[in-house]
Amino acid sequence: MSTFLELDHITKTFGRKGMLGDGEVTVAVDDVSLTIDEDEASIITVAGESGSGKTTLARLLLGSHVPTDGQMLYRNKDFTKLTRRERRNFRREIQPIFQDPFESYNPFYKIDHVLDAPIKNFKLASSSADKRRMIEDALEMVGLVPEETLGRFPHQLSGGQRQRVMVARALLLKPRVILADEPVSMVDASLRATILDSIRRLNRDLGISVVYITHDLTTAYQISDNIMVMYRGTVVEAGTVDAVIPSPQHPYTKLLIESIPQPDPKNRWGSEPPQQNWDTGDTQMAGCRFADRCPAVMDRCQTTKPAQYLMNEHQLATCLLHEEKGAMENSDITSTFQTETETIKAIPVDMS
Amino acid sequence: MSTEQAIQTYREGARITDVDALVIEGFSVYYETDAGTVKACDDVTFTLKQGERFALVGESGSGKTTLAMGLMRLTRPPGHIASGSVTLNGRDVTKLSDSEMRKTRLSELALVPQGAMNSLNPVMRIGRQIIDGILDHLDEDAGVPTKDELQETVRDLLIRVGLRPGVARLHPHELSGGMKQRVAMAIGISLRPNLIIADEPTSALDVVVQRQIMQTLGRLQEGLDASIMLVGHDMGLVAQFADTIGVMYAGKLVEVGPVEEVFSEPKHPYTTMLIRSLPSLQEKREFLGIPGLPPQLIHLPQGCAFADRCPSRFEKCDESIPQMINLGGRRKTACHLYEGEGQS
Repeated sequence: MSTFLELDHITKTFGRKGMLGDGEVTVAVDDVSLTIDEDEASIITVAGESGSGKTTLARLLLGSHVPTDGQMLYRNKDFTKLTRRERRNFRREIQPIFQDPFESYNPFYKIDHVLDAPIKNFKLASSSADKRRMIEDALEMVGLVPEETLGRFPHQLSGGQRQRVMVARALLLKPRVILADEPVSMVDASLRATILDSIRRLNRDLGISVVYITHDLTTAYQISDNIMVMYRGTVVEAGTVDAVIPSPQHPYTKLLIESIPQPDPKNRWGSEPPQQNWDTGDTQMAGCRFADRCPAVMDRCQTTKPAQYLMNEHQLATCLLHEEKGAMENSDITSTFQTETETIKAIPVDMS
Repeated sequence: MSTEQAIQTYREGARITDVDALVIEGFSVYYETDAGTVKACDDVTFTLKQGERFALVGESGSGKTTLAMGLMRLTRPPGHIASGSVTLNGRDVTKLSDSEMRKTRLSELALVPQGAMNSLNPVMRIGRQIIDGILDHLDEDAGVPTKDELQETVRDLLIRVGLRPGVARLHPHELSGGMKQRVAMAIGISLRPNLIIADEPTSALDVVVQRQIMQTLGRLQEGLDASIMLVGHDMGLVAQFADTIGVMYAGKLVEVGPVEEVFSEPKHPYTTMLIRSLPSLQEKREFLGIPGLPPQLIHLPQGCAFADRCPSRFEKCDESIPQMINLGGRRKTACHLYEGEGQS
């Protein structure tokens, strides 16, 4: 078992303490440890509302944010000590797919441009025939017909097709990890299925790990193996989707799941949940950050910060209700994860 | 006014009376382009009862927003209302003068727009924006309210949409997305309209906030005894919120019915596929998208616009456009499969 990327007690804050220590600091990611494994490719969902820190976590994983505290290891090497060549390799091996398939394109260039550029950049093809074949393979892999896609302009494709071209672009680089930040939230419901299906196939068929960032727990349940739920920078619950979704243990996860608009008119929402109180700054909150909205809040929640408690082999919750279970020794949340499928071995890439 | 429940619904607290709040008949909005006429909304007919929540669903480009804008008379050139009538509280709004229409908006018919974040003025305080809306659309004959009365109204509106009264002094950038959507709702209900049109009011918000906003909107609507037309593509939201659903495809209304019945037994093949494509929390299964893409509205086929994607297609589908068939019990569909079952 070899680790691709390891986050060890990573914290990221924005803003700076003033000279007198009175500045406003926002803790976007608070003490998160996780591992992305190379051999056991799984789909990990990072779920949470806006402001939960899920996009900051994504940027940390991409190396575009530097952690304020903690260590990040790429193939067991400190991320800050990578050579240029290693860093370049890292950038190829982890590929992002963004939320908005409209903004990812330059409208003046044909679709071919976004597919040509990475090949040129990383010198992946030896000839133009080779390049053409690579592009066609990648498009077919995501269920697009090359003849109907290449040579067109972005506005001539649907949002779903555009997003799948982005998946194909990521594929060209033969990445080990794909990081998809809300890849379907801007796309019509009827087209979501095809995009998510192509992402899932990459995982199952090519053994690529996927970090799927979303606030939609329904699609998360459908495509991913494991899930971590974030709330204001903290991982409040983590584990396999089969453990967490049917039986959430943190009050926030429960609220998230109850709030999903179920497509069943006979099973409607309960009463209106309380609103978040944005007036309390992060730094003033000594205890649990969910305390001001929590239906099960206790006095201790205001003053004591909950640790990660292991509910069962495949589930942890960061909530004082479960304190009697004892804090976990291994803070790596991925220790509760599980990969159901034995995956195909890594695709060898010649980087010489 | 009749107080009897006009429509059976599972929704708790629903008070739907047998009064027509909005009657849309043969309503069409066309866009004239160099390449030809785009029938973005074509020959749509339906009725909303007072107190009813009607959801209009369809994918992007199906004409749902065109219809909503058209019945508020906010269609911009090259678009124009090509035919039909929109009767709101007994008056045909397509026949009103521009200034009459302006008074009708907000006082009888309010819009909660898509992406409220972009509909507020960034350099004006929230309270001022609410007051502006009130003064602009107020019926002058009833007298102009004093400054204190207006402040009191703003305070009351903000509390009703679940915001602190202090929000009146803030600028939009100081608010979260959900709070801005609440401000848009406060402006929408400021003159107690009978009909609220909510165009994807929660599309940019996450699930918990979405639920809070929709439940607040529902509470406000019940308080005003108003009707709501919800426009969107999220079938889950529709199932949670609406009494009646109307499904649009390629500019036409293809199915209408009570939401419980349509979800448990959809008639039109498009509705069936739309419901089947929804991911569920109860079971894991293969994703079933709807294969193919909707037709371009400028090159509509001679027959049914859904035929190319339809699993139940037969010869007639390519020959003629299906008409709306009344299946009884408030259910209607426009599909050749049900031609024998029509009731008059």
